[in-house]
Amino acid sequence: MSVARHPGQSLLFWLIALFLLSFLVIPVVQVFFVAFVDVNSGGFTLVNFLDFFRSSLFRESFYNSFYVAAMSVLVASAIALPLAYFTTRFEFKGSVIIQSLGFVPLIMPPFVGAVAMQLLFGENGSINLLLDEYLGFTVPFMKGLNGVIFVQSIHYFPFILINLSASLNNIDRSMEESAQNLGSYGMRLFRRIVFPLAMPGYVAGASLVFLKVFDDLGTPLLLNVNNMLAPQAYLRISSIGIDDPMGYVIAVILVVFSLFAMWIASLALRGKDYSMIQKGGGGLAKRRMRPWEKVIAYAIVLLILLLVLSPHIGLTLLSFGTIWSYSVLPDGFTTEHYAEVFRETPEYMLNTLLYASLAATLDIILGTAIAWLVLRSKLRLRHWLDYIAMAALAVPGLVLGIGYLRSFLGVNIPFGDRPLATWWVMLVIALAIRRLPYALRACNSALHQVSRALEEAGENLGASRMRTIWRVTVPLMAGGILAGFVTSFATAAVELSATLMLVSTESDAPLSYGIYVFMQSAAGRGPGAALGMVAVLIVATGTYLSHRIIEKSRRERSFERV
Amino acid sequence: MNTLPGLTLGLALALGASFAAPAQAIENTLVVVTSFPKDLTRKFKTAFEKKYPGTRVEMLKKKTTAGIKYIQETAGNNSSDLFWASAPDAFEVLKGDGLLAKYSPNAPGIPDKVGAYPINDPDGYYSGFAAAGYGIMWNTRYLKAKKLPEPREWEDLEKAVYHGHVGMSAPSRSGTTHLTVETLLQGDGWEQGWAKWKFIAGNFKTVTERSFGVPDGVNSGDFGIGIVIDFFGLSSKASGFPVEFIYPSVTTLVPANVGVINNAPHPQAARAFIDFLLSDEGQTILLDKKIMRLPVNPKVYAKAPPDFPNPFKDSSIGSAVKFDVLLSKARYNLVNSMFDVMITYRLDDLRNAVKAIQVAEAKLAGNANPKAQALIDEARALVAALPITEAQAADPAFAGIFKKKRKKATDTVTGRQAEVEQQWDEFVKANYAKARKLAEQAASML
Repeated sequence: MSVARHPGQSLLFWLIALFLLSFLVIPVVQVFFVAFVDVNSGGFTLVNFLDFFRSSLFRESFYNSFYVAAMSVLVASAIALPLAYFTTRFEFKGSVIIQSLGFVPLIMPPFVGAVAMQLLFGENGSINLLLDEYLGFTVPFMKGLNGVIFVQSIHYFPFILINLSASLNNIDRSMEESAQNLGSYGMRLFRRIVFPLAMPGYVAGASLVFLKVFDDLGTPLLLNVNNMLAPQAYLRISSIGIDDPMGYVIAVILVVFSLFAMWIASLALRGKDYSMIQKGGGGLAKRRMRPWEKVIAYAIVLLILLLVLSPHIGLTLLSFGTIWSYSVLPDGFTTEHYAEVFRETPEYMLNTLLYASLAATLDIILGTAIAWLVLRSKLRLRHWLDYIAMAALAVPGLVLGIGYLRSFLGVNIPFGDRPLATWWVMLVIALAIRRLPYALRACNSALHQVSRALEEAGENLGASRMRTIWRVTVPLMAGGILAGFVTSFATAAVELSATLMLVSTESDAPLSYGIYVFMQSAAGRGPGAALGMVAVLIVATGTYLSHRIIEKSRRERSFERV
Repeated sequence: MNTLPGLTLGLALALGASFAAPAQAIENTLVVVTSFPKDLTRKFKTAFEKKYPGTRVEMLKKKTTAGIKYIQETAGNNSSDLFWASAPDAFEVLKGDGLLAKYSPNAPGIPDKVGAYPINDPDGYYSGFAAAGYGIMWNTRYLKAKKLPEPREWEDLEKAVYHGHVGMSAPSRSGTTHLTVETLLQGDGWEQGWAKWKFIAGNFKTVTERSFGVPDGVNSGDFGIGIVIDFFGLSSKASGFPVEFIYPSVTTLVPANVGVINNAPHPQAARAFIDFLLSDEGQTILLDKKIMRLPVNPKVYAKAPPDFPNPFKDSSIGSAVKFDVLLSKARYNLVNSMFDVMITYRLDDLRNAVKAIQVAEAKLAGNANPKAQALIDEARALVAALPITEAQAADPAFAGIFKKKRKKATDTVTGRQAEVEQQWDEFVKANYAKARKLAEQAASML
C-alpha cells in the first residue's frame, strides 16, 4: 500500500471513515443487532433469517418490491429520456422549463402530496370522476402495485433526468464530430456514441431510482400497499415493537440487497473508460429544429410535464381550496390557509432552509471526497467508503432516528449541558447521512467523466495535488456536484421519518414536521397543503439560485480562459 | 410572554379571581409530549399560558408509538414533564416500565366511570380528561352518488351493497382501533366477533396505515364509509366536510389520558396543567368545533351544541359492553397480530372470497337450493375459521410469544412470533381460496 507516499489520502480516508462510523454504522448497528438475537434465549442466532425465507408473506413481499423497483426504472426512463434528449440535442427554448421544473417532482411534501394524488388520480379523484361522467369508465391509476409504480416513477424520474443531462452535457463534442466524420448520423449516432458515453450518468440515475424505490416506505404506505419489504419492516418495527427481530431482519436484507444491486450497477461500468480529454464549450452540438419538429417536441414535453407535475397542481388546488370532497375541483377558493401558515409557523421555514442547505453542503463535500478517493486513490479499503455511504439508502429513517437517540443521548453537547441527541445539529447530520447516497452517485458519475490526463497535466506543470483538485478536478465536476446538491437539498427539505424521531423542541422543527402536525386533523388539510407549497417554493428557489451561482462561475472561468 | 406586563397581570388577576384556587407559583417551562393535533393542543396551550403568565408550554408532537419510544429512550436524561395522548394502553406501557409518577388531580365533579369504563387509572398514575368512542362516519356526497343507504350498526357493514366502500385502520397501527376490535370481540364473543370483522373486512376498500388516514379518506371521498373514533367524525363535520357520524349500539367509551412523567423537570407546572385540563374552563375547551371531544365533567355538557352526544345522559352510548381491560391487555399483541395476518396482509384473498359468497347469495336469494346453500354455508365457515381458540389466546404461555420484552434473562418462551404467523398465514390463505372456490361452485349451480 502506498500509505507512506500519500499521507493526505489516508488522513482523508480515516476522517470520512470515522464520520460514517460514528453517525451511520454505530447507531444503526445498535438497532440492527436485534436481528441476530434469539428472542427466547437472548443468544446469537440466524434463525430469524430462516423464518424470513420460510414465510410466504415475506417471500411475496420481496418479489413485489423487486418487481416494483424494476418496473419503476423502466417507466421513469421512458419519462426522463425524451426530456434529456430534447434539452441536450436541440436548440430548444423549452430546455429552460425542463431544467427548472424537471426536478420539482422530487419535492413531494409528506402526507399532503399523497392527499393531492388521491384527489386527482384516486378511484373517486378528479380524473376518474370526469372519465366516468363523460366516457363511462374509470382507470385504477392508484390501485395496488401498479399504483406504486405510477407514483414512484413520477416521483423519482428526476434522478435519471438530472444525472443523465449532466452526463450528456459533459460529452466532448469532438467525439460526436469524429463519429459524424466517419459517417454515423441520427439514431445510430445516438445509440452507438452518445448514449454509451452518457452511460455513467444513466447508470447513476437508474440505480438510484431502483434502490430508492426498492427501499422506499412512504409511497407504499400512502397507497396502503403492505405486501412489500420496506412497509413490512416499518409496520413490524412500529407496531410490534422495537424489539421484534423480523423488522430488523428485513432491514438487514434491504441493506444487503441494495449493496448487491449497486455492485451489479458498477459491473455495468467496469472495464470501460468514460473519461474525455477535451472540454469543448459544454456538450453536444445542438441542432435547430424545423417548425413541425418544434411543435411535436413542445407537445411531448408539455404532456410529460403536465403528468409529472400533476401532484403539485393538485397540491396548489388543495392549498387554495375550501372543501374538496368527491368533486372534480374544490367547492371554493380562499387564501386563508396561507395566512394561517404565515401567522403561526415562520420558524419552520427558516429551519428547513438552514438544515437542508447545511446537509446538502456536507453531502457534496463528502460525496466529492469519497468519489475522489474511490476513483483516484489506491487505498485498499476505499470501495468500502462507497458501499457504506450507499447503504444509508436502505436504512429506514425511523431506525436511524432511534439509533441516534440510543447512541447520543448519554453524550452532552460540547460546551453545553443538553444531550447531543436533542441538538438540532444532529438533525442536520441525520439528514446529511440519509441524503449522502444521492450526492455521492452524482459526484461519482461526474468524476468518471473527468480524464486523469487533465489532472496529470496540471501536476506536471507543477501544481500541487490539492491545487490540481481545486483548480482542475472540481471545476470539471461542477455539473455533477450541482446535481448532487440539488437532489440532496430538495429531498432533505421534505424528509420526515428521522425528523419525527429527533425533533425535541418545536422551535427547532422543520417544515415537514409542521405539515405532519397540521395533517393530524380535518381542519389542518388546507394549511398543511399551503405549508407543502411553501416547501416546494423554498426548494425551487434554492435550486434556481444554486444553478445561477454555478452558471456564473462557469462563465467567469471561460472568460478568464479567453 | 411578550405581552405588556400590566395587561398580563390584569389577565392573571381576572382569571385568578374566577377560580377558587389562585394560580400558585409554578416553573417557567412545561414540556408536554403529545399525540394530539394542533387544533387541540394550541387551544390548551394558549389558555394555560394565559392563566399562568410566567410559564411557557412546549408541545412536542409525536405519534403515540413514537412518543412512548421517545420517553423510553430519553428516560435516563429526561426532559419531558407530561405524556398526553388517547390510548390507555400507551399509558399502561409507560406505567409498566416505571416511567410515570403518581398524581391525584385536584378536580371536583368528575365521576368514576364514563359508559362502562373507569375514567382514571386505579393506581393513580394517569387520569382521563375526555372520553371517546368508536363509530361509523360516511361521506354524504359519496353515498348519494353511489346510491348507498346510510349504515347504522356494525352488521350493516357486512352487507353486499357496501363491497369496496369501507375503510379502517389496523389495530396494530392505532391504539384506538384496537379498542374497537376488542370491543366487538368482547361484545359478540371470540368466534362471532372475529367472523363479523372478517365479513366487514371483506367489504374494505383499504386498511389505512395511520388512524387519521380513515377520516382523511372519507373526507376526500376516496372511500365512502369509515370506522373511526368519534372526534375524527365530529370535527370533520364541524370543519365543513360533507360527512356524518353515528355510534352503533355496540361501542365502548374510553378515556383519553394525561400522566406526569417520572423525574419530570417541572413537576409543579405538570400538576397545574392536569388540574387545568380537568377544571370547568379546560373541559369547556373540548367542545370547540375543531376539537369535539366528550368532556368527563357532566356539568360541562350544558354548554354543548344541541345534537352533541352526552354519555352521562344517554345511557345507550358505550354501555352495551362491559369492557374487560385485563382481558384486553392479556391478549393485546396477539389480537393485533391475528388481525394483520388474517385481514391486513391477506385483504385481497379475503375480499375475493367474500365477494364470491355475496355473488352466490344474491343468486340464491328467493330460490330453494339446499345443495348450493350448503356450499355457501361451508364457504362462510371457512372464511370465519380461526387458527386458534379463545382458550389458546388466553393462555399466557402462548400470548407470551407475542410479548417481546423478556423481564428476566431466565424467562423462556417456546416458539417465535414469525413462526406462528407463518402457520396462520398458510391456514387462512388456503381457507380463503377454498371458500372462494366453493362459493363460485354454488353460484354456477344457480
